[in-house]
Amino acid sequence: MRVLPSGAAGLLLECDTLDEVLALYGVLEADPPEGVVDVVPAARTVLLVLDPATTTPDRVRSLVEHLEPGDGQAVGLDDEQVVEVPVVYDGEDLEDVAELLGCDRGEVVRRHTSGLWTVAFCGFAPGFGYLTADEGDWSIPRRKSPRTKVPPGSVALAGEFSGVYPRESPGGWQLIGRTELAIFDLDRDPPALLAPETRVRFVEDHP
Amino acid sequence: MSRHVVVESSGPLTTLQDEGRSGRAAIGIGRSGACDRASYRLANRLVGNHPGAVALEVTYGGLVLRAEDEVTVVTTGARCPGAPHNGPARLRAGDLLRLAAPVTGLRTYVAVRGGFVVDHVLGSAATDVLGGLGPEQLADGDRLAVGQHAGELPDTDLAAVAEPAEDLLEVRVGAGPRRDWFDDGAWRLLTTQEYVVSGDSNRVGVRLEGEPLERSREGELPSEGMLRGALQIPPSGLPVLFLADHPVTGGYPVIGYVDDTDVDRCAQLRPGLRLRLRPGPRR
Repeated sequence: MRVLPSGAAGLLLECDTLDEVLALYGVLEADPPEGVVDVVPAARTVLLVLDPATTTPDRVRSLVEHLEPGDGQAVGLDDEQVVEVPVVYDGEDLEDVAELLGCDRGEVVRRHTSGLWTVAFCGFAPGFGYLTADEGDWSIPRRKSPRTKVPPGSVALAGEFSGVYPRESPGGWQLIGRTELAIFDLDRDPPALLAPETRVRFVEDHP
Repeated sequence: MSRHVVVESSGPLTTLQDEGRSGRAAIGIGRSGACDRASYRLANRLVGNHPGAVALEVTYGGLVLRAEDEVTVVTTGARCPGAPHNGPARLRAGDLLRLAAPVTGLRTYVAVRGGFVVDHVLGSAATDVLGGLGPEQLADGDRLAVGQHAGELPDTDLAAVAEPAEDLLEVRVGAGPRRDWFDDGAWRLLTTQEYVVSGDSNRVGVRLEGEPLERSREGELPSEGMLRGALQIPPSGLPVLFLADHPVTGGYPVIGYVDDTDVDRCAQLRPGLRLRLRPGPRR
């Protein structure tokens, strides 16, 4: 793990793999170091957001330097609590994705629904989770030209990730289907259905 | 009965702001809040408000408020001719508060004693223009409720505050997490040239025009968490300095961070002004 500077109110911890990030996030989220007000996982990093009034980056650095990502033992990953996301697989890019994977549309659906996914981190928009698959090797390029409008509930793929658009927005991910599930709802606590560490199963739904 | 003010004219962009929403970046929600935090906090102090009270952030003046009831108001940040600045004033029922375009600076904070009372979204009344959270920007005819609760009025009736930069602003910058994606020549270029503030700037970030920086390494950066003050270098080589509504994560390398207190001064930069980033100690 490398510790990188991020101003007076941040410290960026860099890991080698996404699994290490998940483990490290589990440890830090469960027991944040003193003065840390937010813990932000991403693809290879965990950003610690500090309150500069009560601590300094150097002090937090000394508190986290000894941490090994392995210490976490995947804290918080709970296979008993799986969020099921029903998906109608009729996305505009499903055919293209099948071609990229060298299979047919049905096989894309089978692979997408066969194993569990884990929300690794969020970003892009409130409640937009980046999900990684437990099984299978996903590596899907983004669309060459992003759409200016992706409908809410669109289920999509890009890189090693799957995601669900919480609301209408521009987007460059490949759309394979849609769900009726409310992904982000301000009247719910927590508002994000797909928060980091959430275990997810996609289930085929028919219109 | 609560007291009210009415928005006669909202100006180009006026939003409700406070300290923002902390602790939710992990679900993709940024902090948002006032862009120039020091001016926002000063405005609340000057009318005896509790820290975190909801105030208005007025971009380039243009706001006209009419008091329906007697209220005490103040403006801070960019000084707008015609408005009580850095010292509170009382408006009687029917009085107008008019903010002409500021002579220097960009963002003016209007606090009312008691604070504005609006619905909070996830613990904050801040309007996040990128995340699409919080109240809508003000529109003509909006009627804003004024709260009852405030502390003591301060003894000072006029705060001594430096005016926003007229022409050239110098701020301190320290190395960021991806300083090593750039060689020393690029860092020198970053910290010696005079950048010009672009017209594309907004609450998300200040876009800078100048001689582009070149990366010393290829490849894509996996998205990572970023904060206000980050100097992100997109493929154009022209820095974006993140302000309050910055994205929670970004995929371009952050070469440096502007000193936290200096970011407030950067929030007052209007298009065409010059900015120099001086290497300095991170505090």
